Amino acid sequence: MKEKFLEIENVNMIFGQGAKATHVLKDVDLTVKKGEFISIIGHSGCGKSTVLNIVAGLLNASSGNVFLDGKEVKGPGPDRSVVFQNHSLLPWLTVYENVALAVNKAFKGKMNAKQRHEWILKSLDMVHMSHALDRLPSQISGGMKQRVGIARALSLEPKVLLLDEPFGALDALTRAHLQDEVMRIQSELNSTVLMITHDVDEAVLLSDRIVMMTNGPQAKIGEILEVKLPRPRDRIEMADNAEYNHYRHEVLHFLHEKQKRH
Amino acid sequence: MSSQLLSKEKFKILGQYGKNNLLPPLFVMVILLLLWEWLTSSTGSTLPGPSRVIEDTWELIVDPFYDYGGTDVGMGWQLLASLERVAYGFFLAVVVGVSLGVLVGQSTLAMRGLDPIFQVLRTVPPLAWLPLSLAGFQDSQPSALFVIFITAIWPIIINTSVGVRNISEDYRNVARVLNLNGYEYFVKIMLPAAAPYIFSGLRIGVGLSWLAIVAAEMLIGGVGIGFFIWDAWNSSNISEIVLALIYVGVVGFVLDRSVAFVGNRITRGTSAS
Repeated sequence: MKEKFLEIENVNMIFGQGAKATHVLKDVDLTVKKGEFISIIGHSGCGKSTVLNIVAGLLNASSGNVFLDGKEVKGPGPDRSVVFQNHSLLPWLTVYENVALAVNKAFKGKMNAKQRHEWILKSLDMVHMSHALDRLPSQISGGMKQRVGIARALSLEPKVLLLDEPFGALDALTRAHLQDEVMRIQSELNSTVLMITHDVDEAVLLSDRIVMMTNGPQAKIGEILEVKLPRPRDRIEMADNAEYNHYRHEVLHFLHEKQKRH
Repeated sequence: MSSQLLSKEKFKILGQYGKNNLLPPLFVMVILLLLWEWLTSSTGSTLPGPSRVIEDTWELIVDPFYDYGGTDVGMGWQLLASLERVAYGFFLAVVVGVSLGVLVGQSTLAMRGLDPIFQVLRTVPPLAWLPLSLAGFQDSQPSALFVIFITAIWPIIINTSVGVRNISEDYRNVARVLNLNGYEYFVKIMLPAAAPYIFSGLRIGVGLSWLAIVAAEMLIGGVGIGFFIWDAWNSSNISEIVLALIYVGVVGFVLDRSVAFVGNRITRGTSAS
C-alpha cells in the first residue's frame, strides 16, 4: 500500500482580487493512502467543496499543489471522477447513454466496441440499475439518478473517486441505502475515496479518517479523526456500538462546540 | 376477445379525445361561419360570404395542381413555390443563425461586439430589406430568399445564444472531467443542452419567414401565394383572396407544428411545445 497516494500540499484558495478578495482556504495539507476512504466535514460555506474541486482540477489553487500517484494535478481528468451533488446526468441521454458517454470517451483506444458495451453494463449492474437502461433521467427517482451518477464515475476506473455531498439531496431512507452500496462497492474495488459531507453519521459510518474543517474564511483542517471500526460495518449494529458513538461524539463536539457558528 | 376489448377501449379513448379537443374548436368555427354568412348576406355587401367563396373558388379547391403556364397555376403549386423559397431562406438562416448564436453565447467578447448590432437590425421590418436586396442582387428570386433569411435569423441567433449561455455549470463540469474536446463538447453537450432554446428560436423564425414571404411575393411577383393574393386583388376576385388567406393560415400552422414536432423529438420531450 502506497503511503502517499494523494497529496494535498499547502493549498490556499483566494477568490477575487484586491479589497474584495476572500481567503477561503488556508494552508490545507492532507495525505491520503491508496484505498482509504476520507470524509471532509465542516459547516456549510467553510470551503470543503472547494477542496474537492481543487483535487478534481475544476478549480486552480491560488497556491500549493496536489499530487496524485506521483503526478501533479493540472486540470480535470477521468482519473479523478466526480459524483456531483445534483447527479449532473445529461437529461437528453438515457441511463445507458449517460454512462456510455464516459466509457466511450475514456476507453476508446483501449477497448473495442463490444468490450465497452459490456463495461457499461457492468458499471450499471454494480449499482443495480440494469433494469432501467433505456430510461431517461426524468423518468427515474432521485436515488436512482445518483446511482447512475456513481456508475458513471466508477466506470472511468478513477484513481480517486470524489463524492461531493452525494447523498445530500436524498431522503433519509434512500440515503442509508446508497451509503451501504457505496461501502460495498468501495470494499469490492478497494477504491480511494474523498467525500464531502455535512452528515456526521455518514462520515463516521463510511470513513477511515474524518477531516474536520474549521469555519471560513481562511478555513483549514482543524482535526483529523481516525475511525478504527472494523469493516464491514453494519449501520444497525453501529447504533449500539460504544466506539461508534464515541467517534460520533468527537465529530459533533468539534462541529458544535469548537466550531460553533456565531 | 382481449384485442376486441382493447380496440373498444381505444375507441373510447379516441372518442374522449375528440370530445375534449376537437368539439370546442369545431363548434366555434361553425358559429363564426354562420356569423360571417349573416354579416355578408345583405345585397350591398362588399365582401363575399362563405358560401359565395366556395362557389367562386370551387375550381381552385378541387384542382389544386393544374398548370396553364406562367403564373396561372393551381393553389398547390402557388403554395409549394412559396414554401420552396421559405425552405431555402430558412435553411440558410438556421445554419448562419445557430453558428452566430453559438459564437455570441460562448464568447463574451463576441457578445459585446455583436449584440448591440443584432438588437438594432432585428427591429428592421422584413419588407424594408427588400428594396436594398433588389438593388444588391438585381434579381427577384435571391432578393426574396434574402428577405426570408434576414427575417428568420434574429430570433434564431438570440435564442441560440441564450441557450448556450444558460448551459448548466454541472454539464460543463461533466465535460471537463471527461476531458471532452471542443468538437465533442459542441456535439454532445452544447447542442442538446441548448436545443430547447434553439428550437423555440426556430419556431419563431419559421413563423416570421412565412409572414415575410407572403408580403415579399406581393412585390416581386411570379408564382407564389403572395403574388396570387395580389393578382386576385387586381382582378377584384375577393373570393380567391379569402381562399388564399385560409391556405396561408393553415400552412403557417403546419410549419409551426412541424418545427415543434421535430424539436420535441430531438430534445426527447425536454423542449416545451
